[in-house]
Amino acid sequence: MVTRVLTVSILAGLLAGLIVATLQHLTTTPLILKAETYESALAAPMPAHAAFDGGARIILAHGGHDHAAGAEHDEWKPQDGAQRLLFTSAATIGTAIGFAALLLAGMLAAGDTIDPRTALIWGACGFLAFGLAPGMGLAPELPGAASAALQARQLWWLATAIATAIGLFLFLRYEAPWLKLLAIAVILLPHLVGAPHAPTPESKVPAELAAHFTALSLGIQAALWLVTAFAVGTLWPWMSRRAAAH
Amino acid sequence: MNTASVSTSSLSVSERVKAVTAALIVGIALVYTTGFAASTNVHNAAHDTRHGLAFPCH
Repeated sequence: MVTRVLTVSILAGLLAGLIVATLQHLTTTPLILKAETYESALAAPMPAHAAFDGGARIILAHGGHDHAAGAEHDEWKPQDGAQRLLFTSAATIGTAIGFAALLLAGMLAAGDTIDPRTALIWGACGFLAFGLAPGMGLAPELPGAASAALQARQLWWLATAIATAIGLFLFLRYEAPWLKLLAIAVILLPHLVGAPHAPTPESKVPAELAAHFTALSLGIQAALWLVTAFAVGTLWPWMSRRAAAH
Repeated sequence: MNTASVSTSSLSVSERVKAVTAALIVGIALVYTTGFAASTNVHNAAHDTRHGLAFPCH
């Protein structure tokens, strides 16, 4: 069955990843490229300004224009154009395979019937836990936005995703009222603690662009979870029937 | 054991434990690499995906 888990994860992730990578190429990536022009315009005239709280690394990591501040550091990054598209698509497919494997892990651990309908419910919960809940504290942001230390944000993101997943599972699977109350408390807890934020905003990217990006990226993540889940729910029974026929 | 059944609760416990463990390892390793790994090269390669899927980035 390990083979089936891996095969279904890879096939479902490949399919969903390709579809969503195309969506990203048409929606979020153009906004990222646009934001980088604001970012490098900001960085070019006074590089010293970038020395505060990790701002320097933000610029090094992007430098949309070749001779922006940080061009002296020869760190590798995919070249704009086909190479960048290829790496972004590969990363999205990798994420989709990962999500597919996590969905299967959850459904198998719970002993659920794996069909498109159940898988879609799991996928919707996956989006709530890994997309929407962390996104309410740490809004999806364009390059150049001010933010707190990366590790603090990653930690909060992970804790929120896990807490929301546990909370949803408790709420949907158990009837006892105290468990439902506990589930709500667990879901709310990370938001009561609060996500780490930068002390002052510093992005020069227009708010309209950033808002559009935030909405798009949550929608794209929802699409990734749902398409992945649907593919898992369709491929698993098909693979099981094939295994039974042999 | 009826492998034709799509219900996974009918599968043996040890098989399910193995499958769940494999799925968790693959899932966590992939999502960690694309969404969280601190390596600069990995970050740069996955950059647009991290932003596009709302992972915390730089």
